[in-house]
Amino acid sequence: MRLRKGLTGFIIRRLLLGLVTLWITSVIIFAATQALPGDAARSILGRSATPESLATLRAQLGLDKPVLTQYWEWISGVFTGDLGTSLANSLPVTDVVGERLVYTLFLLLVAGAISIPFGISLGATSARKRDSAFDQTTSIATLGLVALPEFVVGITLAVIFSTTVFHILPSVIVTEPGSRPWQYPKELVLPVITLIIAVVPYTARIMRASTVEILESDYVEMARLKGLSERRVLWRHAVPNALAPTFQVAALNLAYLAGGIVVVEAVFNYPGIGLLLVESVRARDMPTVQAIALFIAALYVVLNLLADVATILVSPRLRTSLQ
Amino acid sequence: MTDVAVADAVEIDLDERRRGPLRVLFSAAWKQHRTKIGLGITLLLVGIAVFGRLVAPYEPDQGVEGLLPFAPPSSDAWLGTDALGRDVLSRFLYGGLSVLVLSGVATAIGMSLGITVGLLAAYSRGKLDDLLMRTMDVFISLPSIVLALLLAATVGPKLWLLIIAVALTTMPRAARITRGAAAEVVERDYVRAAEAIGIPRRKIILSELLPNVSSPLIAETTLRMSFNVGVVAGLSFLGFGLQPPAADWGLMINENQNGLTLQPWPVLLPIIAIALLTIGTSLVGDGLARAAIGIERGRTGGE
Repeated sequence: MRLRKGLTGFIIRRLLLGLVTLWITSVIIFAATQALPGDAARSILGRSATPESLATLRAQLGLDKPVLTQYWEWISGVFTGDLGTSLANSLPVTDVVGERLVYTLFLLLVAGAISIPFGISLGATSARKRDSAFDQTTSIATLGLVALPEFVVGITLAVIFSTTVFHILPSVIVTEPGSRPWQYPKELVLPVITLIIAVVPYTARIMRASTVEILESDYVEMARLKGLSERRVLWRHAVPNALAPTFQVAALNLAYLAGGIVVVEAVFNYPGIGLLLVESVRARDMPTVQAIALFIAALYVVLNLLADVATILVSPRLRTSLQ
Repeated sequence: MTDVAVADAVEIDLDERRRGPLRVLFSAAWKQHRTKIGLGITLLLVGIAVFGRLVAPYEPDQGVEGLLPFAPPSSDAWLGTDALGRDVLSRFLYGGLSVLVLSGVATAIGMSLGITVGLLAAYSRGKLDDLLMRTMDVFISLPSIVLALLLAATVGPKLWLLIIAVALTTMPRAARITRGAAAEVVERDYVRAAEAIGIPRRKIILSELLPNVSSPLIAETTLRMSFNVGVVAGLSFLGFGLQPPAADWGLMINENQNGLTLQPWPVLLPIIAIALLTIGTSLVGDGLARAAIGIERGRTGGE
């Protein structure tokens, strides 16, 4: 019972901190898109715009009101689900983003479900076989892959599997309105592999580094001296403790992954919120751009919170200190 | 914060530690194959980016006479032509400098900001420390590409905006690493002694704190440079970096992606170059990180 109380208190504190972070981020997003010196309406319509059309767009964007009122109307809309109207197609932003969101979340879910367990076991195994041929090969391969930008990986895969070398997989996805991502399994293969190549090397390297350190600690030596098998020592004693730093760093890097999603979706023309963000910036569709940026920041705050909770749950020392 | 295990650090012998801290770092990094290979690859690519234009057969924004768009390699254009009938090799030789300069400037500004914030936070401790580091957390929640797109939506694709966006997102990690390394140095006797005899705060931060945290920061700068090359090239690839008719590796991929089946070279060449540049710099960064951890371990182990 007391464990639960300590954990709940911790989650509430982290949740509040996350909300404060998110609130400041919303101010930055708003300031960057609406309150920057210069006239958003003019930059949308261009130099040749007539005064009448400028005035109409200013009224539509609410630019004729004081800045604080503009911010208040936008941020209160976030809570009531009214994020304004898309300038590109006059539909509610909530509907436009909502339909694309399914695609992005499905892509992230499939890629994450494969790459996180794979990265963790690859890292743990490398640590157990430290300095062996297996470890050396994994280490060189992950070091090289960790550096590669997502679009380099994506286009290379498209060159190999769908255009120049082989023609076995589609490199772009053509969807019909109202359809769902799982209706296109073949088209999902390349975007998913690209994200896996972005996540696995990093996870494996962090996991290897923290497992190597724990395998050298006293209590692991103790477990060995008790005569436990090396496999049991690794998976029962070392891995659970090595997971904590892995979760932490994985969460931090998910922020970069959110940026990576934008590029991956653009490479494969995958209709998620990343591609929508690129399209909306090109069309100067401010309400949609603001909504997606806020959502990406919120996604990061939530994942970070989950990582903190997961860290507490997997590490016995932290678990008891909260009681 | 790093993904290198302490157990993999470079061994540093006692004699070497008496030399200057930076010489120790570089000689320990140089002992590893990865640093040498990485530096070789990096120098090759930097050489192409900086001096390539001197040997380019054509002007980068001129069409090759007598050749159609997406023409295959021939004696007139060794690697064929691009979507507008321009020489692929010449555009490649001209197109690396922008990637290199933009990511270099952004990394330098971002690291300087982050190091300043980290040193201030570690030295002041208490409330200012909390405030500074919480502010950094806010900047972490917006990825570089998203922040750059956000700014581009308002002002349009401008290069100085791209630099600001990449610098602002480089800052928070640099601040965290600096603060982490400096927090322990602040507690040491000689910093206390310097405070006691009334040496100005600015001087203590610059001449006592900074030199003692330089090793991990040099490693981080190299790794960030590698990452930022990818971000800058990626933004150009999305169409928010350099604008046509500029010759730029990221933009080349964007312009010629649709002709991949006809003419792969204008996409392949910049892709290979960006891949090698990021791999090369990150190999050097990894070598430096292993050396930096070795120095850190030698210090704590020696006391």
